[in-house]
Amino acid sequence: MRRMSVTNLVALALGLAFLYVPIAILVVYSFNASRLVTVWGGWSTRWYAALLEDRAMIDAALASLLIATVSAALATVLGAFAALALTRFRFRGRLPFAAMIYAPLVMPEVITGLSLLLLFVAIDLDRGLFTIIIAHTTLTMCFVAIVVQSRLATFDRSLEEAAMDLGCPPGRTFFAVVLPVIMPAVIAGFLLAFSLSLDDLVIASFTTGPGATTLPIRIYSEIRLGVKPEINAVCTIFIAVVAATVVAASLIEKSRGREARALLA
Amino acid sequence: MTSGPAPSSDLPAEPLVRFESVSKRFGNVAAVDRLSLDIYSNEFFALLGPSGCGKTTLLRLLAGFERPDEGRIMLGGRDIAATPPHRRPVNMMFQNYALFPHLTVAGNVAFGLRQDGLAKAAIAARVEEMLALVKLEGLGHRRPDQLSGGQRQRVALARSLAKRPQVLLLDEPMAALDRKLREQTQFELMELQARLGLTFVIVTHDQSEAMTVAHRIAVMDRGRVVQAATPAEIYERPQSRWVAEFVGDVNLIEGIVLKTDAGEAVIGDKRGRRYRVAADVAAGAQISIALRPEKIRIHAGPAPPDAPNTMRGKVCDVGYLGSVSTYKVQLDDGVVVKATVANVARTSGEILRTNDNVWLSWPPDAAIVLTA
Ligand SMILES: Nc1ncnc2c1ncn2[C@@H]1O[C@H](COP(=O)(O)OP(=O)(O)OP(=O)(O)O)[C@@H](O)[C@H]1O
Ligand SMILES: [Mg+2]
Repeated sequence: MRRMSVTNLVALALGLAFLYVPIAILVVYSFNASRLVTVWGGWSTRWYAALLEDRAMIDAALASLLIATVSAALATVLGAFAALALTRFRFRGRLPFAAMIYAPLVMPEVITGLSLLLLFVAIDLDRGLFTIIIAHTTLTMCFVAIVVQSRLATFDRSLEEAAMDLGCPPGRTFFAVVLPVIMPAVIAGFLLAFSLSLDDLVIASFTTGPGATTLPIRIYSEIRLGVKPEINAVCTIFIAVVAATVVAASLIEKSRGREARALLA
Repeated sequence: MTSGPAPSSDLPAEPLVRFESVSKRFGNVAAVDRLSLDIYSNEFFALLGPSGCGKTTLLRLLAGFERPDEGRIMLGGRDIAATPPHRRPVNMMFQNYALFPHLTVAGNVAFGLRQDGLAKAAIAARVEEMLALVKLEGLGHRRPDQLSGGQRQRVALARSLAKRPQVLLLDEPMAALDRKLREQTQFELMELQARLGLTFVIVTHDQSEAMTVAHRIAVMDRGRVVQAATPAEIYERPQSRWVAEFVGDVNLIEGIVLKTDAGEAVIGDKRGRRYRVAADVAAGAQISIALRPEKIRIHAGPAPPDAPNTMRGKVCDVGYLGSVSTYKVQLDDGVVVKATVANVARTSGEILRTNDNVWLSWPPDAAIVLTA
């Protein structure tokens, strides 16, 4: 690796600062003893304690966790099968399908949210937790599909042949060999879908209904009344959860990927 | 060299595996082209041929991963066309080993046994036995990516042997090993085959490997078997120029049979040279003489007057290979002949040098006369 020049270092530092200084400020202020957001009053965890009293915030967090878990699970199953279909079967019109799976990645969320809302209204579906789950499943399954697809692309078909050669019927080889080998990608896809769902504000606000408030919606409506220190605390916890899932996802995918590559080499 | 059962002289009447005019096409490439071949029980059989000649395809047909477009494949007298791969009593060791990355070494070896629903204790015992067989005792808990290339190769071997298949198919099993390990593994394979009494079919494009391990070799070219015989037979009596050139080094001289006399023929080449060869051929036939380099003698001085088939030339290249030296000798008319001499004394390799004048000779029975 080449050594970094001073300009590169400065550019890197500025870039990172741009990304992380706001977050760092938020985290630091979540430990601020003062009620005034702009005044530093020493270290304290009082806002974290206050959170425990905030029933509405806790409900929103629980709703978000429920939505994220269920939608990520659904997205993982659907996305993994989509990836399987796209890499395994050379059916007519495979290419348009493969391209279509990328569309939700680049589609503005406002449009996805609006179109889903129109759909739910058209089929007269009561909006609430259920509709957000459906919406998040649609949004995140393509991410899962892409993660799993890249893993399947490097999957060595001779493993399946080896399994059959050793007496494993074709139907069982999927569970005996394919699934365990792509499992890291499936888990990574699940974690990615989970954190995307946890994050989402736009699509959730389009597809939510009375009584279903997710954490981002809750936070957003609170800060419209002014930034409260409790919000900083919520956001800090939130960042920690999302960061942990994303790091876990990339670690799982990377470590197992290296293992598989070492074998192929 | 060929130890163990099934030398070609007393082959049993009924082959274990029989390819009957089998063809397999990919698009308009005939990977296997109306190929017929018999493989007998207890044989160590090698498929030898250049890259792309259809060796792997032939194995895959036998394992059931490809279906023949034409012809029949018989195993133990039964047509196996309708038997799917997982029901064939044939196991394969894959070219890239195809070890399951998510299972341990023991899990890999046990995989086939589990499919048969064997009892846990029986599986464990067999896995131990197999790991001992390939000298991997104590490595059962490792994952494949924690093994060296040679160890992976052994796991693949143990896995494919665990079910005691009627036929074990080995697709270039030693291609990824270094030379020393390859030679060692060759002998271990031969020993295993003799000990277990199984039928091994090995694919290789390394002719010395085929010669070392196999009882019989099928030399393949463009989807067909051009000759199937013992290693010695193939080396000493190739049936065509192609086989002679593919297996081992050879000097080829083209000529016409001028006259024949009591098992000896006089051949004339287009430069007017005459050769005496031991062969039964018709006068006037167009033939090629194939001469193995080690059967040509080199004389530093004029050859003895009674030496047959003498030629004069000049050494133009010396290749010292340790146990032997190869000399390229340019004859007076420009033709280059290759001769090999065993370095019996430590100074043998230093006697002849480039540009030395030498005389070559070879006995009439050293030549292989080829009409194809
Ligand atoms: N699945 C396939 N689709 C299309 N063509 C194929 C396929 N498998 C093999 N072929 C072609 O069939 C021919 C024989 O291939 P095969 O793999 O049997 O050769 P091989 O003798 O094993 O060669 P190598 O020594 O390089 O492994 C080649 O021309 C190859 O390109
Ligand atoms: Mg091959």
